[in-house]
Amino acid sequence: MFADLTDRQWLWVAAAFYAAGLVLGTLALLRGQRPSGFAVSAAIVAGYLCQWIGLGVRGHATGGCPLGNRFEIVQFVAWSAITLYLLVGVTFRSGLFGYVTSGLGAALTLVSLSVPSWDAVLRTHIFGGNPWIELHAALAIFSYGVFGLLALTSALFLLRHFSLKSKHLGGRFSFLPSILDLDHIEFRLLAIGVAILTLALAFGSVYWSRDTASVGHAKLAATLAVWAVGALALFLRGIGRLLAKRFAWACLALFAGALLSLQAVDSSRHPGTTPMVATPRP
Amino acid sequence: MSEPFLFVIGATHHNAPLEVRERLALASESDLRADLAGVDSIREFAVLNTCNRVEFYGVGTDESAADRVQAAYCARQKFAVAEFERIRLRLTGRAAALHLFEVASGVDSQLVGENEIFGQVKDAYAAAQAAGSAGSVLNRVFQKAFQAAKHVRTHTGIAAGTVSIANVAVELAADIFGSLGGAKVLVLGTGEIGGMTAKAFASRGAEDLAIAGRRTEAAHEIATGIGAGVLPFGDRESRLAEYDIVVSSTAATDTILSAAAVAGAMRRRPARPLLLIDLAVPRDIDVAAARLENVFLYNLDDLAGIAEKNRAAREAEIARCRVILAERAEGLWSHLCRAAGIPVDRSSPPGQPGHAAP
Repeated sequence: MFADLTDRQWLWVAAAFYAAGLVLGTLALLRGQRPSGFAVSAAIVAGYLCQWIGLGVRGHATGGCPLGNRFEIVQFVAWSAITLYLLVGVTFRSGLFGYVTSGLGAALTLVSLSVPSWDAVLRTHIFGGNPWIELHAALAIFSYGVFGLLALTSALFLLRHFSLKSKHLGGRFSFLPSILDLDHIEFRLLAIGVAILTLALAFGSVYWSRDTASVGHAKLAATLAVWAVGALALFLRGIGRLLAKRFAWACLALFAGALLSLQAVDSSRHPGTTPMVATPRP
Repeated sequence: MSEPFLFVIGATHHNAPLEVRERLALASESDLRADLAGVDSIREFAVLNTCNRVEFYGVGTDESAADRVQAAYCARQKFAVAEFERIRLRLTGRAAALHLFEVASGVDSQLVGENEIFGQVKDAYAAAQAAGSAGSVLNRVFQKAFQAAKHVRTHTGIAAGTVSIANVAVELAADIFGSLGGAKVLVLGTGEIGGMTAKAFASRGAEDLAIAGRRTEAAHEIATGIGAGVLPFGDRESRLAEYDIVVSSTAATDTILSAAAVAGAMRRRPARPLLLIDLAVPRDIDVAAARLENVFLYNLDDLAGIAEKNRAAREAEIARCRVILAERAEGLWSHLCRAAGIPVDRSSPPGQPGHAAP
């Protein structure tokens, strides 16, 4: 039965699991209870495995890391964010953090599945058989996933900051992690994201220096802008010039900018790719 | 062999005001036990004696056992029986078991959901065991009461939030710093509320505490009691940057911590939040400090408001707790009836004479 599922069907199942985590957490919050870390994490793990299989099937069909169209890129961003959550997020021991992560996973996967035009063109072998280019692309998009998790943490920070400044501490605000913990997590996630993006750009620059015409100006400018904003925010945070609320807003802006830059990334494809019109599968 | 008869008799904060409870406070439990030692109708016996209640849980051969306890207690306290009967609590059978469940879980407490009562009930049970007066029925009733109390405290909001000013201050600090182990706390003022708050922080794991007050001897006394250091009162502003949490409760009539001093401290530690808790009236800390980035300023009214909301939230949980506890008491009662070979009467409400057995 499962062997017959297409890549998109696996990804729909993954989205359903992420959405289940979101629904479970929401129901708990509506009852005034803390979202269950176990139940939400179980939904996330199940969704993650299905998404991994779905992206694996797609990657097998496209002959490389599935980053050939906007649908695949957004799916990969979601998968990256969940990967990082499973690697480090569970140590935060906050059911609420798992809850919002499942929300991010559900939002990104459902939106990408719901826009047929994002998956209308299936591109194969987009990296021209060059593993370094593939690694560059995978790392760059993975860093966007890290920025996604950073944005969630920043949103939680702003909520906690609001609750403390406005002196609303009870109810659902009591489930939030401490503001100092959130600040530390933000700083570490930004450092991880910037480091991965720096590595990705370093790999890409080697290839680009050999053939500067291979990368469109829009993609180059957008990617460098995302990197510059992330690096600047990290630097200013490190020297104590960008703190607390302003730092959280900067991190949210960084993720928004990263998502917007996907347009430029998607529109600039490797010249050697083989575009193939494909009808999106259910 | 006659049927065992479970009962509770006593007085609580519900009907007995403080001045009456002072007269009812049992000075020596062992003396009362000695008074009742020769009473054949009493098979099992336990005493719960706290500042808000004196309750005697017993198992007797019939209803007269409760009367004998009442008579012995009133005689020992030199308290008129007629007056006691006007304010007393007297429950039997399933209702007595349910009452113990509610007491142990904090549902019946004056400060709803408080923790201390659970330990007091455990102590009462331990004392009864040590005295050899807890038998098979009381053993089961108390064990089930502990289980029920743990269940409702875990699965309802009866114990959620804190309701004392000192503990609200500690919870607030945890919302900002998480673990308090690494937070540095400065307490300004050597009055009662400052000392209580310092103790609350120490009990929650704050390891680096300092006390500062105009009365140096009093500061040393508080500091010694909780293993804290002493900061000269005059250094409070110049060394403010060293601390994460400042609790101020002095009797000063003017501000003792200016916004400029707080701003100066934050320039030296911009990335680390500063929690200022002003429990003084008139206030000790310049309110303009609240506008600074990463500074969180709370005053006495703010903390009292949080405590009041927590208390209201706990009281809103009472009905849900009572349903859970009643189900568990019913289960216990059915078990005890089966063990005694008595048919369970579910028709009448708990506490009715028909529920006196076992």
